[in-house]
Amino acid sequence: MIVRIATEGQYELDEGLSAEVTELDNQVIAACESDDETEFRAKFDRLLELVRGGRKFRDDELVGSDMILPPPDVSLKEAKAEFSGEGLIPG
Amino acid sequence: MPGLSGRMSVVIKAKISKLLDRAEDPGETLEYSYQKQIELLQNVKKGIADVVTSKKRLQLQEEKLRQQVVKLDTQARQALAAGNEELARTALERKNVAQTELQSLDSQIAELEGQQQQMTESEQKLRTKIEQFRSKKEVIKAQYSAAEAQVRISEAATGVGEEMADVGLAMQRALDKTENMKARASAVGELEAAGTFEDLTALGSGDDDIDRQLKQLSSTSEVDSDLEKMKAELAVGSAGELGPGATGGPAEREAQQAGEAKQ
Repeated sequence: MIVRIATEGQYELDEGLSAEVTELDNQVIAACESDDETEFRAKFDRLLELVRGGRKFRDDELVGSDMILPPPDVSLKEAKAEFSGEGLIPG
Repeated sequence: MPGLSGRMSVVIKAKISKLLDRAEDPGETLEYSYQKQIELLQNVKKGIADVVTSKKRLQLQEEKLRQQVVKLDTQARQALAAGNEELARTALERKNVAQTELQSLDSQIAELEGQQQQMTESEQKLRTKIEQFRSKKEVIKAQYSAAEAQVRISEAATGVGEEMADVGLAMQRALDKTENMKARASAVGELEAAGTFEDLTALGSGDDDIDRQLKQLSSTSEVDSDLEKMKAELAVGSAGELGPGATGGPAEREAQQAGEAKQ
């Protein structure tokens, strides 16, 4: 599967990792909902690490992503805003 | 897909499809997007320049404060030498305030410097990202004109659209950070313009009240020493005018007799 880390780049991950990615993704959201900054940071960093372990796409490869992660320096506040519909991406 | 990434994807993808739907000529849209990115990069560069200006102003202020510390120290010594311990104390108190301000300025300048460094790095990354986008833009434009690659086109269009949104996001975040930095730098600048530092330490080219008091002191002591000189001269002069039979001591009488004998 193809995962993009916003503002960073795209990675191709082994399909076998998708369960782990989804699990971490859910944990990030749980931390976000309970307003737990430490947990949010820890899980999100773990998720980034997992994705970065994949093959990085070259500049001339043009593909859509299956999943798009927020920028690596996203704050808990920004992530929460994303949930409430105030997107990070400018309209 | 539930979760943060899922929601991110939904938001981004909705915006991308809106963007591409609206575009009659995708090549034009990409070109416009690229031009917009270049423009935004200029804003980031301008933001960095503003921060550098603020930093330089603070450094100038820092230099003035440093001179003030030296000056106040000299003033304290002068006051003490003149025997005005109270004034010396006042000067030393102000020197202390100036030194505290200096430390605070130091750390603010160091912070600005760190942020400037970060911004410069992220500006370089953005530049690279825009350059990458330029290459991809050319690829997709070429593909759009090749009718036989219809299927691949939509696939690539998604990729480019995503890339476009992503560069936009990176740019937005860099701009936000620049704005934050500018706000902090100008907050310090305003503090300085409001004269907070000057009030505390009596900065400025004009005389402050310690200067005036020191001048008064030195003029007072000049008067005193002039008076002392005059007194001494008067003492010698009057002894000569009193003549013989005056209340002089034996030595004076001898001196007078010696003088008369010569004549």
